[in-house]
Amino acid sequence: MTRTAAWSALALLMSAMLIVATGGSPGEAMQALVRGSVADATAVSVTLLYAAPLLLIAAGACVSASAGVFNIGQEGQVLIGALAGAAAGLRLALPGPALIAVVLLAGALAAGLWAWLSALMHRLRGVDIVVSTLLMTFVAQQVVALAVNTPWLLQESRLGRATVLPQTNKLPPGALLGSLGGYPGLQLNTGLLIAVAAAVSVAVLLTRTRWGFRVTMLGLNPTAAAHSGVRVTVVTGSALAISGALAGLAGAVLLTSPLSTNRLQPGGSLGLGWDGLLVALIARNRPLLAIPVALLFAVLRSGGSFLAATGVPYYLADIVKALLVLAFVAPRARWGRPAVA
Amino acid sequence: MNLLDDLGTVLASGLRLTAPLAFAACGEYLAERAGTLNISVEAMMLGAAFSSVAVAGATGSVTTGLAAGMLTGALTGLIHGNLAHRLTIDTFVVGLVLNALVLGLTSFLIAGTTFGSRPPQRWPLLLLPGIVLLTWWLVERSRWGLELRAVGESPRAADMTGIRVGLRRRQALLWCGALAGLGGAYLAVGEVGSFNQNMTAGRGYLVIAAVIFGGWRLGRTLVGCAVFGLADALRLALPALGVTLNSQLLIAAPYLLALLAMLLFATRQRRPRALGKPFVRQEP
Repeated sequence: MTRTAAWSALALLMSAMLIVATGGSPGEAMQALVRGSVADATAVSVTLLYAAPLLLIAAGACVSASAGVFNIGQEGQVLIGALAGAAAGLRLALPGPALIAVVLLAGALAAGLWAWLSALMHRLRGVDIVVSTLLMTFVAQQVVALAVNTPWLLQESRLGRATVLPQTNKLPPGALLGSLGGYPGLQLNTGLLIAVAAAVSVAVLLTRTRWGFRVTMLGLNPTAAAHSGVRVTVVTGSALAISGALAGLAGAVLLTSPLSTNRLQPGGSLGLGWDGLLVALIARNRPLLAIPVALLFAVLRSGGSFLAATGVPYYLADIVKALLVLAFVAPRARWGRPAVA
Repeated sequence: MNLLDDLGTVLASGLRLTAPLAFAACGEYLAERAGTLNISVEAMMLGAAFSSVAVAGATGSVTTGLAAGMLTGALTGLIHGNLAHRLTIDTFVVGLVLNALVLGLTSFLIAGTTFGSRPPQRWPLLLLPGIVLLTWWLVERSRWGLELRAVGESPRAADMTGIRVGLRRRQALLWCGALAGLGGAYLAVGEVGSFNQNMTAGRGYLVIAAVIFGGWRLGRTLVGCAVFGLADALRLALPALGVTLNSQLLIAAPYLLALLAMLLFATRQRRPRALGKPFVRQEP
């Protein structure tokens, strides 16, 4: 614990030195980060909006990692989720609450299936799951690009003489996530509620159910698990599908929350897939620990956009994130011993 | 006649797009034969592209720029090697973090601008045949390469015969870094002549796809690079030729081909058995 704290302090010190080296002021940068993320109700609202998809993705990553399967394709799964959500939201004519439910469900289902393809390839021909989930990410990016560039798929309809952009139409108001309760200035989006519920469910599922026991056993010792009757293919497949489904849900939440323009665009995942994976790494694959870590990463996201005003580029937030992951992963590793406890 | 000209243009641009991939693929091939599925090759290329343009701009010499790129790549490999094969942190975790770190760092340092516009210099292309031959000789004919392959196939057996598994894997990553760095530097100072934010744009992942597509053989890996380079050249040239083809399909093709190669030739591929698996010496 103290080692982790020391390494994190080192990571922050290095980031501060980088700011000084490029002629900025670490104090001002820190103030900007706070101002953009937690200083007032509006900033807090934005932070919480970022936290929801991050937490969903991280909770999913915890499931697959517990089964000993490293899914690194969340970025693509988020996009596929958003794509399916957009298709459902734009093509189905349903009344309000039913529509948003269908949008979220479609996102989760499509991305779950997308991730499950990797498990299938592993089962059929022994294709490495890390490699296939990674490669599928780049396929997913092009699938989305194809959908928003093709008029008869999902590209926005032409209004008069306006140029058509590579994006979908705006989702109808019935397909958008609303706010919970009414507080002055503060918005509590339903997405956050979904994310916290998902993280808690994953924690319960992994530690309190028979399926979760099988998943953990498979992750700790695949040989022992197989010998004691765990059906490896089924458990691996379901863990990967759930992890993908949660990433897809994050994509649908992102699409329907005020964070996005409520249109599907090629870069619509905002790189949150990679970030969510890093959240799970810092949280050491424990879904409940992922809640505070997701909040921290959300702070870096929302505060990061305020950095530019102080002359420090936004990308500082990315550097801090990467260094923090190293600070949390490195102390667990000993020379020549496995890092995973 | 006109068609022949167009074909020549596409082929030439295909070759130029292949070269950065081919340099890096030689390195990635070697690292994978030693058992590291190195995804930080993207970070190596991007960091090298940045530093080569910076150094070439400061010294006015392309050669020092290329050397700086190779050094940056090797430094990334050194960090990766020590974190993954000394501290035994999962190699994919290290790769993801390094990719994020280098992307953040280079974007931070240039802050949205493009810098170092210089005329491109294509002569480093001539280094490619030598690099390919050297990599082949190192892996297939040298004692070091034999040990490297042993480490990639069966680290435990290699360890018992006295080969230092971690050391060999770190050395392989160092070599991989230098070559990926050369690829990134060639892209920046050889082809484009400047650096812009995230200029490698996933070429490192293409290199990984090429090694997989090539079934962990050097010759086929290079064929993969050429196919991917040509696909890229076609994508850029087709609109000018008046042909409408799906550009999304062409961009996704390398990844689909790599997946397809793994699905179709899984039983015949010489995948290093310990690929991506960390080696930990058993306590007595």
